[in-house]
Amino acid sequence: MDAVNQPLLAVSDLSVAFHQQGRTSLAVDHISFEIKRGECVALVGESGSGKSVSALSVLKLLPYPQATHPSGSIRFNGRDLLPLSEREMREVRGSDISIIFQEPMTSLNPLHTIEHQITEILHLHRPMSNSAARTRTLELLTQVGIPEPETRLGSYPHQLSGGQRQRVMIAMALANEPDLLIADEPTTALDVTVQAQILALLADIRARLGMSLLFITHDLGIVRRIADRVCVMNGGKIVEQGEVEQVFSAPKHPYTKALLAAEPKPDPAPPRPAAPVVMSADDLKVWFPIKRGLFRSVVGHIKAVDGVSVAVRKGETLGVVGESGSGKTTLGLALLRLISSDGPIVFLGHNIQGLKFKQVRPYRRDMQIVFQDPFGSLSPRMSVGDIIAEGLSVHQPDLSRGEREERVVKALNEVGLDPDTRFRYPHEFSGGQRQRISIARAAVLEPSFIVLDEPTSALDMLFQSQMVDLLRELQRKRELTYMFISHDLRVVAALASHLIVMRNGKVVEEGPAATLFKSPKSDYTRALFAAAFRNEAADGGAVAT
Amino acid sequence: MTITAPPPVETTTHSAIGEAVPPTQHAFQPSPLNRRRWQNFKANRRGFWSLWIFLVLFVLSLFAELIANDRPFLIKFDGHLYWSAFVTYPETAFGGDFETAADYRDPYLQKLIADKGGTIIWPLIRYSYDTHNLDLPTPAPSPPTWRLTEAQCKPVVEKKGLKSCRDLEYNWLGTDDQGRDVVARLIYGFRISVLFGLTLTFFSSIVGIAAGGIQGYFGGWVDLIFQRLIEVWNAIPYLYLLLILSAVLVPGFFTLLGILLLFSWVSLVGLVRAEFLRGRNFEYIQAARALGVSNAVIMVRHLLPNAMIATMTFLPFIVSNSVMTLTALDFLGFGLPPGSPSLGELLSQAKANVQAPWLGLTGFFSVAIMLSLLIFIGEAVRDAFDPRKTFK
Repeated sequence: MDAVNQPLLAVSDLSVAFHQQGRTSLAVDHISFEIKRGECVALVGESGSGKSVSALSVLKLLPYPQATHPSGSIRFNGRDLLPLSEREMREVRGSDISIIFQEPMTSLNPLHTIEHQITEILHLHRPMSNSAARTRTLELLTQVGIPEPETRLGSYPHQLSGGQRQRVMIAMALANEPDLLIADEPTTALDVTVQAQILALLADIRARLGMSLLFITHDLGIVRRIADRVCVMNGGKIVEQGEVEQVFSAPKHPYTKALLAAEPKPDPAPPRPAAPVVMSADDLKVWFPIKRGLFRSVVGHIKAVDGVSVAVRKGETLGVVGESGSGKTTLGLALLRLISSDGPIVFLGHNIQGLKFKQVRPYRRDMQIVFQDPFGSLSPRMSVGDIIAEGLSVHQPDLSRGEREERVVKALNEVGLDPDTRFRYPHEFSGGQRQRISIARAAVLEPSFIVLDEPTSALDMLFQSQMVDLLRELQRKRELTYMFISHDLRVVAALASHLIVMRNGKVVEEGPAATLFKSPKSDYTRALFAAAFRNEAADGGAVAT
Repeated sequence: MTITAPPPVETTTHSAIGEAVPPTQHAFQPSPLNRRRWQNFKANRRGFWSLWIFLVLFVLSLFAELIANDRPFLIKFDGHLYWSAFVTYPETAFGGDFETAADYRDPYLQKLIADKGGTIIWPLIRYSYDTHNLDLPTPAPSPPTWRLTEAQCKPVVEKKGLKSCRDLEYNWLGTDDQGRDVVARLIYGFRISVLFGLTLTFFSSIVGIAAGGIQGYFGGWVDLIFQRLIEVWNAIPYLYLLLILSAVLVPGFFTLLGILLLFSWVSLVGLVRAEFLRGRNFEYIQAARALGVSNAVIMVRHLLPNAMIATMTFLPFIVSNSVMTLTALDFLGFGLPPGSPSLGELLSQAKANVQAPWLGLTGFFSVAIMLSLLIFIGEAVRDAFDPRKTFK
């Protein structure tokens, strides 16, 4: 095989095992794939499938000695990387192969300026003077699309937005013009519109530099957009690989088929104009004062929610969409009186604005909330049964122990969990199961109104559609009213009867979901839908970078 | 209609025969997390052995009355059983002349009992912490009996009608400057020090956790005012206050405990306050509020168990601190009333009697070993509770 056709990266029969407390678990089980020059290969799988571990093994960034490679080789330009020493690996990292990570905030050093961090990687691999390094840094920042880079050189990471931080990370990765760029879920932590822009940037750079890209993700939409070939991973093995077109149109393995079919089924609850209004707010304001100076005088306000009016009718689902920072979660918490706000909030005919905490308590039975983070929203020290029964102990203290058990068992059955598991602790369950427990906790009180604050964001695709089905089922059975807050438009499209689009605390557009999706009126909404459904980046102006 | 969930990819809830695995938590069995912590603690051999040694020493010292006492454990006399270590009997009970408390070390009384065919069961060491040995071969402080030469022993040996040094009642580590046996004082002193340390830690923890919890949970003005009060309180020099109070009150075990409690409760406040401040923003606290749970219940049920983790790691260090405080006070003479056995007093006598190295060496090694054991235990506890430490 001549050198031109030799693949840039050839992973053959690679295994990764982790040893902890005497137990060995195989995270990656004999995988093989290749990346040719200039090609983009996507590694797709759910969390726990081993994709990140595989990518980190290419650069040997795993925690050795707990991690070992029982088998396999990783050949880069014909040279096996696994037996290399640390010093030899350091010459490869950052100059021949670069990597960008998921969370730009934690991947950048918060105490160093941008210039310092980019010049650091330059100085490590190429001897150059400070002024030459500065010039190259400015060149890189322009390449990645940061406007007015001279003014940004002295900024610290916390002074940049999420999208800008990821661009800086990409600049650092490109500094030494690597042959291969490994991108470990680089857009998962970003908003939809920014995600589309970063993907466009990566595609542009690939075309210009002829660089190969190993893209790790769980989002099939992204794979469709930028990858040439795809490897589907499950349980540490590659179950299917091939050209994107071929795999997506004619999947062979049942797991790939399940993954492709995992889009949440659109079957929203129809709008009911005749039903009574369950929750409504008129010109709701949540303003946080900014206090400066010796006397803590109020100099301004952060207007998290700035004059929002909503009305949700019984049996409907109100979808609240917007980017991070738009105020959707604040709106949900304010409506439930978990945050103080300004403006009347009418719940089941009563105005609950202005009531003290103890006075709101009787209403809490009818309004509940399911949080985003399945790991943080369950108390780690209480068994699942206790967690679900906690609400009952507050609102129905006169239930006997047997009756309470019965209600808990019923709630667990309704969400599809085995009631015998109610003595276990939350850490023994998976993310999807924990989210079901959160729903059971909210549902056991038989409320009329549930706020769902991004309940599917932390879940994998397969579980997202199950969650949506479960929520729909519960709503139909019990005539529940939902307020579904999410930035994931596909999930909202599957459930919502009405939609409001928020931006910077204000409502940009609202109306019945069906009409809104078909013909959005404002530019912002159009850009949002384009980015979410088709991963298309908007031209400057409509959205922030 | 029940929805059946498809089995999750990660967890295995089915055994080979297809039934759900029984729950992992049984009543009174530690949770898997605590079991892992105990394994981690055991993995630290130094800490594990320190714990055992400390517990053995402490339990032994609790039975000090049965190990070193100038009253026998049991006397069988005239067909009756006399529990002389616990009950005070008059001399006349054994056929003596006076109604005073029986002095069992007196050879006259021993002869009375032996004549009637009674048996005396003595503890290992026949001195208590306040027994003055009046037959010392050399002036007090007297060296350990096994270091004495025959020439030094001769007068006492002859007076008692014995043959050589080896027949005398041994002071294994010598006596202090009032002729009291050092080993007996060591055992009783160790007991008092550890009991004092544990009691002080227990009560100051309760107060400290309560104060820290309230400050951390409510924040705002409550926190601000409380913090300022604590700062002012901390500025008071407790040693001087102790001097003044000692002049007014007679310091006993409990008054000393009370005075030190007034100042030692602040040690845990900072830690617990920080844990509550951090914990109150967690989502499951917000979830509990959304359910309508009251503040007090949230603090006790949700936040306190999490704060206890950090507190546990601190506790052995607080115990050793309390022991040090008592020893230091005794050394200066402001601690327990004179006559009480204490390690600090042993050290201060050692300072005054440099020609008696057995005092200094005993005091030094006993305090050093006790504190080292506590520190090793503390380090092992801290490592066991650290969630980020990976153990092989």
